[in-house]
Amino acid sequence: MSTESLRIVWVYPDLLSTYGDRGNALILARRARQRGLPVEVLEVRSDQRLPATADIYLVGGGEDGPQALGAQRLIADGSLHRAVAQGSVVFGVCAGYQLLGNSFFAKGTKCAGLELLDITSDRGETRAVGELAGDIDARLGLPPLSGFENHGGRTHLGPSVSPLARVTAGVGNDGASEGAWRGKLLGTYSHGPALARNPALADLLLRWATGMHQLPPVDDTWPDRLRSERRAAVAAARA
Amino acid sequence: MPLRAKVASSVSRTAAALSRAAGRGDGSVIGGWIGLKIDPDLLAHLAAGRAIALISGTNGKTTTTRLAAAAVGVLGKVATNSFGANMPTGHTSALAKAGSTPYAVLEVDEHYLAQVLEATEPHVVALLNLSRDQLDRAKEVAMMAQLWRAALVRHQDVRVVANADDPMVVWAATPPPNHDHRINPPQVTWFSAGQRWHEDSWVCPECGSTIQRSGEQWWCTGCPLRRPDPQWTVEDDGVLDPTGAWHKVALQLPGKVNVGNAATALAVAAEFGVRPVDAVSRLSSVTSVAGRYAQVEKDGRLIRLLLAKNPASWLEAFDMADLAPTLLSINARDPDGLDTSWLFDVDFSPLRGRQVLITGDRAYDLAVRLDVNDVPFQHVRSFDEAIRAVPPGRLEVIANYTAFQDIRAELDRVN
Ligand SMILES: [Zn+2]
Repeated sequence: MSTESLRIVWVYPDLLSTYGDRGNALILARRARQRGLPVEVLEVRSDQRLPATADIYLVGGGEDGPQALGAQRLIADGSLHRAVAQGSVVFGVCAGYQLLGNSFFAKGTKCAGLELLDITSDRGETRAVGELAGDIDARLGLPPLSGFENHGGRTHLGPSVSPLARVTAGVGNDGASEGAWRGKLLGTYSHGPALARNPALADLLLRWATGMHQLPPVDDTWPDRLRSERRAAVAAARA
Repeated sequence: MPLRAKVASSVSRTAAALSRAAGRGDGSVIGGWIGLKIDPDLLAHLAAGRAIALISGTNGKTTTTRLAAAAVGVLGKVATNSFGANMPTGHTSALAKAGSTPYAVLEVDEHYLAQVLEATEPHVVALLNLSRDQLDRAKEVAMMAQLWRAALVRHQDVRVVANADDPMVVWAATPPPNHDHRINPPQVTWFSAGQRWHEDSWVCPECGSTIQRSGEQWWCTGCPLRRPDPQWTVEDDGVLDPTGAWHKVALQLPGKVNVGNAATALAVAAEFGVRPVDAVSRLSSVTSVAGRYAQVEKDGRLIRLLLAKNPASWLEAFDMADLAPTLLSINARDPDGLDTSWLFDVDFSPLRGRQVLITGDRAYDLAVRLDVNDVPFQHVRSFDEAIRAVPPGRLEVIANYTAFQDIRAELDRVN
């Protein structure tokens, strides 16, 4: 941790917050506080300079125009690159995942990404809308991913990143793999408040940020019930 | 009316009546659908000869339509789609059912505004607001505003009553700056009804710059787009009209948001020549709107139903709800949208300090949200269980679309 408190930056809520993305900041902050970690959440709008020394950066989902604008401003700002070089954690969701890559499509135009993850995104034939589930890369030691996706993009992974999960329901990157990660950077198509359904993923981000190998358990009654209910719904839809 | 339209209109009425008799809702959709099958131009034929107001937006359109229909009623008979069937089938059915009337006030789903403008050639269009709604399939807010704008540029003769507080609406109602100067800009009457929800308008739809806010004012930091001066505003529990006269609004509907809807309704009626002083008393005749705000007594509990279907309308619902035990019910079926992410766009903290119960298909999504929000709650499996869990007295129920319908059905069965 960079200072005495864990600093979480919510990147550009004015642009990248279409699908309840605030949830991820709220959930991380709460889970950190439940472990007695002091937390500071900074909401940095796109007309402000991004701090380069925070512990976790959250980049959320957005419509095409705001996504393209957000990428431009992040590239011009440069702080996120410096933060990554210094070992900060970045969690990208949906449009925020795409813009961490080399390029993406918005409003029919190819846009430059931040080149923090070796991925490129283009348009699929159809929009992927619905439940998304997958088995997460065993090296991360997490239970299956559970989420909802809503995107028109398809994402292709380069050799220097690993898929976050193998898809068991939904589309993700391309119907086979979902999301990507490298070092302490992680992106997913599980959109909006992705951490609401994946508390273990939230804890992974907290462990990366704090360097703690283990976090004391917290009461996950409701997220667990939500996860099993969603798992049953996905199974029922398949049957 | 051409013969084909007459036949279609009569078949449409019969089908609606049959559908009602068979207990399949109010029949307004099926009747309209059959009528349009026989005569695709039926809506245009039924609209001809009537002075029409269209009312569209993400939130408040059903209520505003009811209030505006009551206000325009000062002048004569008004046809209206009062059951919230707000697509062309519903409009067709409503006009066919009403027979010949000099006026019509129609609620229009925001996605269908362009099409219904084309078919009905209205006298006035009211644009209420645009915010996120049904995220899994609704058009993005900026795209919706673009569609509205394109439609209005094709209908320069229509009068527009628009919300000065919503940058997306203001942009949609104002023609592009480089547009053909041989065309007259639309005549816009601006109203201010107060707007709690700002999260969908931080970025200027014209130039992409940041929109700044201070008090009720807002302006783009990169282009001339800014809040126009409204001619109709809400002040205390009344409405200020363009002459500066204040009219007390005594509604049977709760909340400040409905005083705002009343201001809009009076502005719409004024476009037909209705004086607010003549119309304002008629607004109190509206008691519930398609079951919304309805109060039902059961087992000593005075139950009030509030519909909240997207983040903006949840904020309004918290404002309307009394400090009393509150049941929240969430579904994510087709009409609701399948995605529950928006729950995190709503701050539920106003509910702290009261007894909160949750139910519905997606109660667990809500449970996780409330937990993160530090709002204690109790999960119940049914509406009956909720009633037994609260003391006699007021029970507020806030539900999204199909959850609301489920609860209404449950209440109808017992009452
Ligand atoms: Zn601008």
